[in-house]
This record gives sequence, structure tokens and C-alpha cells, in this order.
Amino acid sequence: MKRALDIAAPASVVLILLGLWELAVQQDTIADLLGLEPFLIPAPSEIADSLWVDRALLAENAWVTLREVIGGFGVALMLGVGVATVMHLSPLLRRAFYPLVVASQTVPVIVIAPIFVVWFGFGIGPILAVIALICFFPITVNTLDGLSTVDPEQRKLMRTLGARPLQTFARLEAPTALPYLFSGAKIAVAVAVIGAVFGEWSGSGSGLGHLMLVDNAQLEIPRMFAAIAVLSAIAIAMFMLLAVTERRLAWWGEPGSGRLDSFTETNQEEH
Amino acid sequence: MDPTLAESALAPKGAVSPTTGPELSLTQVGHSIGAVRVIAALDLSLKRGETVAIVGPSGCGKSTLLELVAGLAEPSSGNVSVEGRREADERLARCAYMPQRDLLLPWLSAIDNAALSPRLGGASRKSARAEAAPLFERLGLAGFESARPHELSGGMRQRVAFARTLLSGKPLLLLDEPFAGLDAITRADLQVWLLDALRAEPRTTLLVTHDVEEALFVANRALVLSPRPARVVASERAPLSAGRTRAEAVTRREFVAARERALLALSGERGA
Repeated sequence: MKRALDIAAPASVVLILLGLWELAVQQDTIADLLGLEPFLIPAPSEIADSLWVDRALLAENAWVTLREVIGGFGVALMLGVGVATVMHLSPLLRRAFYPLVVASQTVPVIVIAPIFVVWFGFGIGPILAVIALICFFPITVNTLDGLSTVDPEQRKLMRTLGARPLQTFARLEAPTALPYLFSGAKIAVAVAVIGAVFGEWSGSGSGLGHLMLVDNAQLEIPRMFAAIAVLSAIAIAMFMLLAVTERRLAWWGEPGSGRLDSFTETNQEEH
Repeated sequence: MDPTLAESALAPKGAVSPTTGPELSLTQVGHSIGAVRVIAALDLSLKRGETVAIVGPSGCGKSTLLELVAGLAEPSSGNVSVEGRREADERLARCAYMPQRDLLLPWLSAIDNAALSPRLGGASRKSARAEAAPLFERLGLAGFESARPHELSGGMRQRVAFARTLLSGKPLLLLDEPFAGLDAITRADLQVWLLDALRAEPRTTLLVTHDVEEALFVANRALVLSPRPARVVASERAPLSAGRTRAEAVTRREFVAARERALLALSGERGA
């Protein structure tokens, strides 16, 4: 019952907004009143039409962008977790590198993307670099926060139970940080598509970002909106995939959620 | 208010072979954290199999005392020796410490939490569980092996934590207000339960509590500490409570008298 509402509530909000949008564009009196140019703001039905008609082209470019997002996010994940771990284990390196980690987020991606093209050449290289740069910060900072939230009492207890420092890291600190890592990764994956678009704008012959540029130039506005919709869908799908993985792997991070599930699972495991 | 008062009240309890040295001994232990003197000169000695309770007002350095004993910190002055060893690492290797909060790991099942120490020692998950299983039975936790900590009541979590402490296989138990966070009924139940558990598995135990009744009921003797800097202001031999229910034990005249003396020592110091 509650679950049905969880889906129904956001779905109806979206449907109502789309309905109002459709109405505003289709009804000339309302469009005139609002000063809307139908060829600049396509109706949702036109965008849906473009999604269907241009499905091959959209899918082809979406596949390019999806691979870029997964690749860039993967690089950021490995780098972020690695850097956070090293910074956690060495307070000196933490102090030394923390400002640099923060600085990495202050770099305007739109400015750095063309520079990456110069450095890495035309192709997937600079796009991966831009996405990784955007994703790196939330992953690193969240993981680092997670590692340092470990209760000092808990650390003491591990020592009295005979844990060596590496064991304390593996059995206490890493699991404690895991839900935080997932939070960071979810933020990262949501912004990763922005990095992909900027990367493609700076130099690429394919991908949804590239398609948007082309459509913009050719006044293929419905298809441009369709590309944006597909891009959002990619981000939402990856976000949800991470959320589901988090529930499976780090269910203790969210008190109250998945408790019954985890209980029946462990029982099944035992019997 | 002589610090050696505690020692004068020391008498061997039970059959302890005279050749066995004390399991734990503190001589003139003093400790400061920064500029604050937490513990004045403290002398204490525990024989093998003995349970001693330390009672004191809040913030008097009871927990610090346990950390010093466990080798998690070094005293500013004086000596701590566990089974004759003074080095912090050696003390750490001989002390099983049970903190005030259960500190169970939420991602492990009850039995895996209890079996943490064998696992850290290199045992396989299977053999560590096998080691913990009989203890689970004895501690009344059978059937809850695979439950997650958040599915257990406060009293059960505390018992899992106690099982974890026992399974570290170390000779000296250090219990830091193990029942402080529990309601009065659960607390009374667990005191009985702890007394039985210690009778079934005799261990040398240092119990820190702020509850005089708990101290006298569970331990062989209770030491009363002053507010910071802590020193021993009274020592009470606990009246034997074996073979009696808790209600009988704590209402006996000897028990009440001992409790009142200890409370007087506690409050007298507070007023001073």
C-alpha cells in the first residue's frame, strides 16, 4: 500500500506537470498569453514523438554517453576510494592533500574540458577525465568522512579483541564507511552526465551531448529535448542501480529500511 | 582515608593457592589527563577467580582506571601488572574489556559479533561460530545466532557483548558499567545472570559500576572511590549471596548494612 503510493505520488506530479505543459503549448490562447513559441518549446507529445521516430539515433548516442559515464565514474570511484583510504591512514597526507581535493571541485568543468582535449586528444580520453574530475570530489569526501566517523570506543574495543591496525580497517572502518561511500557515489553518478555533456561539447563526434549541439544548430528542438530526456533517464537509472546495490551491500547505513528483508535473508542463509 | 585501607581489608577468599601471585596488581597508580589529576595514588590487588567491584561517583576516573589496566593507556605514575607483566602490550593481550555500550557491529549477526575475537585471531568463520555456539547456549542466546544486533533487546545485546568478551579467551575480565544503559528490571535480571555466568565460568573480574547494590551483589568485594582525583575511601566485603534469590540476598541484614556503609562512604566524600 505504502509502496504503491511511493510510486504513484511522484508519477502523478510528473504527469500533471507534463499535462499542464502540453496544454500551455497546444492552446494558442495560453501560449500567446505566456509568450511561448511552439517551435522553441515543443509539446511533450512532440518530444515523445521524436523519442519514437529517432529512437535508433538516440539509442546509438545514448550508448556512447552511457559508456563514458560508466568509465569516468569507475575511474573516479577507484581514485576516490584509494585517495580517501590513503588520506585516512596517514594524517600527514590528509592534511597535505585535503586542500587539493577541495580545489579539484572548484575547477570550472566548462573551462577545463577544452584543456583536457588539448592534453588527451580528441576522443574518449578527455571526456572520461572531465567525468572523473566531477565525480571524484563527492566520492572522496564522503568516503573520508565515513572512515573518520568510526567511534573511538569501537576502535579501542577492536584493539582489546586483538585486532591489528589493518584488521581494524578491514572489519570496522571500511564497513562503517561503506554507506557513506554509497552516498557519495549516488551524488557523483547524478552529476556524471553533466560531465559527459561538457566533455562531448568540447570535442566529440558522438554522444547525447554532441547530438544536442547538432540539434540546436539545426533547430531540431523536439529531438534536443528527447536527448535531454534520455540523458536524465541514464542518470536516474544509474542512481537507482546504486541505491539498490546499497540496500544489498550496506543495508545497515539506513536505519529502518530493509530490516525485515535482511532478517529473512540471514535465516535462509543459516538453514 | 588512607589509600592502603583497601589492602587492609584484603583477605584471600576461596581456595587460592598461596604460590599463585595476584592476577592483577596496581601499586601507587596515579594518572593525569592534561592538567587534570584523574587518579590519585591507587593500590589494588585481585586474586585469581576473584570479582572486585569499583564504585564511585560519575566522572571519578573509573573508566580511565580500566583503560590503564587494559594497557590502552599508561599511568602517569605507579605500576600496573597483569599476571606479573607490566608492558602495555602484554596487559592488552591478557585483558578482555567490555565497554559500557555494547558496540556490536551492525553488519554482523549476533554469533559473528560474539566470535569476533577468534576471527581476528585467524579462525575460519565456521570454526569461530562453532567456538561461540556452546557459550550462546549457556548465556541463553540459543536461537538468536543469526539475528542482527538491532533485532535484539538491550539485555540480549549486552549478553552478546559479554559472550564476545569471554570468547577473547583472556584471563582478566574488565567490565565497564555493563548494565548502565538498561532499565531496572533488565538490570536486576542481568545481575543475577552475570553472577551465575561468573560462577559457571570463573574468571578474575574487575567490575566498574556506580550502583552500590550491583557491586555488592555481583562482586566478592567492593571498593568505593572518591571523586576526582580518585582514591579508595572504603572497602566492603560482599555478604555471600550464593543459594539465595536476588531479593533475599539484597534484603539480608548484612547486605543492607554493607550497602549503607558503602553509600555513606560515597556520599561522605561527595559532600566533602
